[in-house]
Amino acid sequence: MSSITIPYHPQLRREARAEWLFRGLTVASAALVLIILAGVLMALCVGGWPALRTFRFGFLTHEVWNPVTDQFGALAPLYGTVITSLIAMLIAVPLAFGIAVFLTETCPLWLRAPIASCIELLAAVPSIVFGIWGLFVLAPVLQHSVQPWLIDTFGDLPWLGKLFRGPPYGIGLMTAGLVLAVMVLPFITSVMREVFLATPRSLKEAAYGLGATQWEVVWDVVLSNSRAGIIGGIMLGLGRALGETMAVTFVVGNAHRISTSLLAPGTTISASIANEFTEAVGTLYTSSLIALGLLLFVLTFTIIAAARLLLMQIERRGARV
Amino acid sequence: MCLAIERVNVGNPGAPTDRIRQPFQEQGVSKLLSRLMVTLGAVVLACGATSRGHADDISGAGATFPYPIYAKWAEAYKQQTGIGLNYQSIGSGGGIKQIEAGTVTFGASDKPLEAADLKQNGLVQWPMIIGGVVPVVNIPGIKPGDLILDGPTIAAIYLGDISRWNDPAIQKLNPKLSLPKLDIAPVYRSDGSGTNFLFTNYLSKVSPGFSQKIGANTSVQWPVGIGAKGNEGVANQTAQTGGAIGYVEFAYVKQTGMTYTRMLNHDGKYVVPEAKAFQAAAANADWAKAEGYYLILTDQPGSDSWPITGASFILMHTDSKDAQTVAALKFFDWAYKSGQKMAEDLDYVPLPDKVTKLVQATWLQSLKVNGKPAWPAR
Repeated sequence: MSSITIPYHPQLRREARAEWLFRGLTVASAALVLIILAGVLMALCVGGWPALRTFRFGFLTHEVWNPVTDQFGALAPLYGTVITSLIAMLIAVPLAFGIAVFLTETCPLWLRAPIASCIELLAAVPSIVFGIWGLFVLAPVLQHSVQPWLIDTFGDLPWLGKLFRGPPYGIGLMTAGLVLAVMVLPFITSVMREVFLATPRSLKEAAYGLGATQWEVVWDVVLSNSRAGIIGGIMLGLGRALGETMAVTFVVGNAHRISTSLLAPGTTISASIANEFTEAVGTLYTSSLIALGLLLFVLTFTIIAAARLLLMQIERRGARV
Repeated sequence: MCLAIERVNVGNPGAPTDRIRQPFQEQGVSKLLSRLMVTLGAVVLACGATSRGHADDISGAGATFPYPIYAKWAEAYKQQTGIGLNYQSIGSGGGIKQIEAGTVTFGASDKPLEAADLKQNGLVQWPMIIGGVVPVVNIPGIKPGDLILDGPTIAAIYLGDISRWNDPAIQKLNPKLSLPKLDIAPVYRSDGSGTNFLFTNYLSKVSPGFSQKIGANTSVQWPVGIGAKGNEGVANQTAQTGGAIGYVEFAYVKQTGMTYTRMLNHDGKYVVPEAKAFQAAAANADWAKAEGYYLILTDQPGSDSWPITGASFILMHTDSKDAQTVAALKFFDWAYKSGQKMAEDLDYVPLPDKVTKLVQATWLQSLKVNGKPAWPAR
């Protein structure tokens, strides 16, 4: 470097170098993320290879998870992961929407900041605390009052009844879904609130000026303006719900079984790994657990990719209009 | 903790500093950076120095079940001798992997390795502490120790073959109790654990059906029931659910006052879960004949023996190059001799003297450091 003489003022030259150094650092930081991601993927593939080679496609379609006979299938944890996350999203998304609308549109100004901080505080609670709360506080309530009521009311109905049968254990897929809903709520709410706030004031005022009701403004103006952001928030919550480990392990019931009933115990990918990895002995067993990890990686990646595609489509449509 | 950092960084902390300092000698930003690097280097060196200071510590890894007593022993031993123990309770599987890789002086496992595995990896194992598993129930009107169960009945419950508490099989064992027509809710440990292994090992020994359909392992596939995490999870789930049956470590029953059951043992006698029942199982076992101490203390003979008893094992290399081998043996010897009271305080069951003498004979025969006998320590 020193052999090239650049006729700049020394001061300028120093600044150019500092600039170059800064850019190099940012590029390196970004590259590091990719390298780590590739490393994780590779480690999961290598670790999970013995299981995938032995069970092939059956790893995805079998329910059996038997460490004694070394037979492993990921269907039950996969099912549990999807169902618990689905329950969580079904509860959390409308709730978050309501909270965000209230905070940005109808809430008295002095109350906005305190409520918003409380919701963000929820995000700071460690997941183990949610797990313990779910097990010791929520589960008994569900077991003694909510679940017996659900079983009595819906248990005998055709179709729908299948979701609410079996003994009320208190813990199970539904409880895990509920705990997850509380856990993802602050993430989705914060994002929704931010994007609602970003709606141009002039648009809202114009709508009110045309005689729109508050609901019409929220639904037609605010919501249609922030669709991309809302999907982003939901995906953030979903990603958290899919991968949440500790809280779910406490309340999901940890049974490698697939049941139609939401009250029945089940398991999720991350709960299985957390439960069994420490005491897993034998190549196939550990490898199957790592393959589960790979599965979660692929699942999350697919969902994020789908969300991106959806966002791109929305943006394109938006641009055309 | 510091060891890993030391290994990576010692020797090159100067290198990055020099490379950056040369071209940017006069600049503010680079000066700051290079100062940062020097500081980092100093921190790394300091870290290396401290870890060398702790090099006398014995390192071990493995089972979580004996962790509280190993930690207690380590604390007392450090006070007496100044030698510390760094025990990572990462689970039996992890303990076995680490001792095989030679990253620790000893490994600890709740499930003994078979003689062939020991030979293949050049390892020796011996029992260190005894624990036991106790069935607990939640039936209205039933107090601790009221209910009597035997292995085949428990196996049938966990297979789903017996589903009500007033089933004739349970009633026959408890003629004096009036048992309710209540559904049984079996609760099991969902996390892989030594407790699971002992419980399923016992049920496999006494019930052919259990052995065929479920088998014995640290985790198994249960056909019925609900899984709870850890002793506290099982205890809580059992306490919450009317008609539940679960199984927890002995210490846990003692500390929480749960509704334990009595058991019908191998000799057909009723036993109450208490320290001497576990010790009886260990004393009555034929250790001398078990190659590599591969002995699981479930379903042992003897009129006082608790049927679901087990030992936690220590694993070490037969021919070690680890300088801490002798120190570790001294620690184990001390724990056998002076650690009994501490073990009892924490509701663990110390090994009977008969067994500790056998173990020390094994040290004498098969443990070497750099080709020289490791025991007795000089």
